[in-house]
Amino acid sequence: MENNLKKVDIIFEVDENNTPYDVLLKTLKRPADEIILDLIDSGLKGRGGAGFPTGLKWKFARNEDGDTKYVICNADEGEPGTFKDREIIDRVPEKIFTGMTICGYVVGAKEGYIYLRGEYNFLLKPLSKKLDEFNEFLKKNKIDYKIYLKSGSGAYVCGEESALFESMEGKRGEPRNKPPYPTVAGYNSKPTVINNVETLVYTTMICRIGPKKFKDLGTSDSRGSKVFSVSGDTPIPGIYELELGMPLHNFVDEFGDGDVKAVQVGGASGHCVPRKKFNDTIIGFEGIPTGGSMMIFNSSRSMYNVLHDYLEFFAEESCGQCTPCRVGCQQLLKGIEAVKRGERPPAYLDDLKKLTGTMKIAAKCGLGQSVGNPFNSIIDNFREEIIY
Amino acid sequence: MLTTEALVKELVEKNGRSRNSLMPILQGIVQKEHYLSEEALLSVAKELDLSAADVYGTASFYTFLDTVPRGKNIIRVCKTITCHMKGKDEVINALSNALKIKVGETTHDKKFTLLTANCLGWCHKGPVMLVNDEVYPDLTPQKALEIIEEYGKEAK
Ligand SMILES: Cc1cc2nc3c(=O)[nH]c(=O)nc-3n(C[C@H](O)[C@H](O)[C@H](O)COP(=O)(O)O)c2cc1C
Ligand code: SF4
Ligand code: FES
Repeated sequence: MENNLKKVDIIFEVDENNTPYDVLLKTLKRPADEIILDLIDSGLKGRGGAGFPTGLKWKFARNEDGDTKYVICNADEGEPGTFKDREIIDRVPEKIFTGMTICGYVVGAKEGYIYLRGEYNFLLKPLSKKLDEFNEFLKKNKIDYKIYLKSGSGAYVCGEESALFESMEGKRGEPRNKPPYPTVAGYNSKPTVINNVETLVYTTMICRIGPKKFKDLGTSDSRGSKVFSVSGDTPIPGIYELELGMPLHNFVDEFGDGDVKAVQVGGASGHCVPRKKFNDTIIGFEGIPTGGSMMIFNSSRSMYNVLHDYLEFFAEESCGQCTPCRVGCQQLLKGIEAVKRGERPPAYLDDLKKLTGTMKIAAKCGLGQSVGNPFNSIIDNFREEIIY
Repeated sequence: MLTTEALVKELVEKNGRSRNSLMPILQGIVQKEHYLSEEALLSVAKELDLSAADVYGTASFYTFLDTVPRGKNIIRVCKTITCHMKGKDEVINALSNALKIKVGETTHDKKFTLLTANCLGWCHKGPVMLVNDEVYPDLTPQKALEIIEEYGKEAK
C-alpha cells in the first residue's frame, strides 16, 4: 500500500500574522448560521471519543430557546494513554478560548467553563494568567462573554459529560440518564455545548483556514486530522498530529519497535488489535475510532497483565451507581484472576464475555458500556495468555 | 495558621454560598489542610446550609478530596499500564523503603503520604508521580528519592 502516514500541523501551528485573537474578531463578524454551515461542511466530529458532529451539536444548542446557555470545554482527559489535551492547553490555550467564544456567539451563551482534571493542577496558574488576558481582551472589544476555570478532583468518570455537569454543580460525579442531552439540559439544566479541548481548537482553525482545507484531509467518514498520544513500546513516544483514516500497519511501521504484538487503540475503553489485523484495520470512525490514545505492546508483554490493569482501572473508577457496571467490573477482574489460578475452567471466559454483553445493554453510561471493548478484544485474540 | 472554621469562612466568602461552590470550597480546604476533617465538613455544611451527609457524600466520591488525615506532602505514583511497563513498581518500592511506609500510609512525622493513582497523562514519559500539585515525569527510583529528599528538607 502506498498510503503513507501523513503528518499534519494544524493544532499547534502558530501564525503571528493570524493569531487566535484575529480569527476571533473576524469570525464574530460573520452570521452564526454561516459558521455552523462551515463546521458541518468540514465534517468535524468530536475528538473526545464519541465522535458526534460538532456543527450539528452547535446547531441544536442554537435552536434551543432560553436566555441562559453554557459552553464547556472538557479538559478532564482521564482515558489511560491520552495526554494530548494537556499539551494543547499548555501550548495553544488561546485557540481553545477562541473556539469557546465563537461557540458562545453561535449558540447564544455568555459564559464558558473549562473543566480541568485535578491531576493537571500544575497548569492552573499559567492557564489562569492567559485566561485573564483573554477575558480582558473580550471586555475591551465589548464582547459579552467570559470564560471561567474549574478543576476536578481525581475521578475518571467526570469526563463523561453529564457526570461533569454534576461535578460542576457540587455533587458526586454520577452520570445522568439520557435523554435529555446536554444541548437541551446540561449544566444547571440549561442548554449546554460540551466539547473536547481538541475539538474546540479545530473549530478555531476551521474558521481560520476554511472547511475545505480541513475536509481535504482524511477519509469520507473521518475528515481532517487528529492528535495522537503514542506510548508504550515505541522508540519515539509522544504527541503527533496525523491525518485520520490511516491503516494501522502504517502507524506501526512508523512508531513500532520492530516487534509489535498488539496496539490498544482508544485507551483502556478502546480495542486491542493484534498483529494479524494491522493490515486491515483503519484508524477512524469507519474502523476503530480513538480519542487519541495509541498504546503499543511488543512481544515481551503479557496481555494478561494489560487486561488486568485495565479491569482494575474500571473497577476503581466505576461510579458504582448502577449494578451491571459496579458488580460487573469486579466480577470480570476476579474472573480472569480465577481462570489464571486454575480455579475456574477456561470456558468461564465465555461466561464473562456474556457479562460484558449485559453491561453494554444495561449500564447507564459509556464507562460500563465500553468495558467489553478491551475485554473481548483481548480475550478473543490472546486467549492462551489469559489462561496459562 | 487559620483555624479550620476561619478558613471555611474565607473560602465561602471567595466562592459564594451556592451548591455550585461546594467543589472549589472543598478543594480549597484540602489545599491548606491536606484532607477534610470532620470539623471542616461540618462547618462547610453549616455555611452552605446542606446536610453533613450530603457534603461527606460528595467529598467521598473524589479521590483528591481525602477524608482521612494525610501528610504535608502527598505522593501519587501512576500505576496504570504504560508506567507499569516502564517500572513504576521499582519507584514505589524505593519510596516505600525510604519512607518506611506502605502505599496508602503516612509517615509518623506526617511529612509524607504515599499513594498510587490512575493514568496521570504523562504516559510518554513514565514512570511519573505527582507530589502535591507538582508533576515529576521520566522517573527512576534514584530520581524519585532525590525529589522526596528535597521535600523532606523543606517540610522541616
Ligand atoms: C467514562 C467517560 C469518560 C470520558 N472522558 C472524557 C474526557 O476526559 N474528555 C473528553 O473530552 N471527553 C470524555 N468523554 C466523552 C464526553 O462524554 C463527551 O462525549 C465529549 O466531551 C464531547 O465532546 P466532543 O464532541 O468534542 O468529543 C468521556 C466519556 C465517558 C463515557
Ligand atoms: S456505567 Fe458505571 S460509571 Fe456509568 S453510571 Fe453506571 S456505575 Fe457509574
Ligand atoms: S500510564 Fe502513567 S501517566 Fe499514563
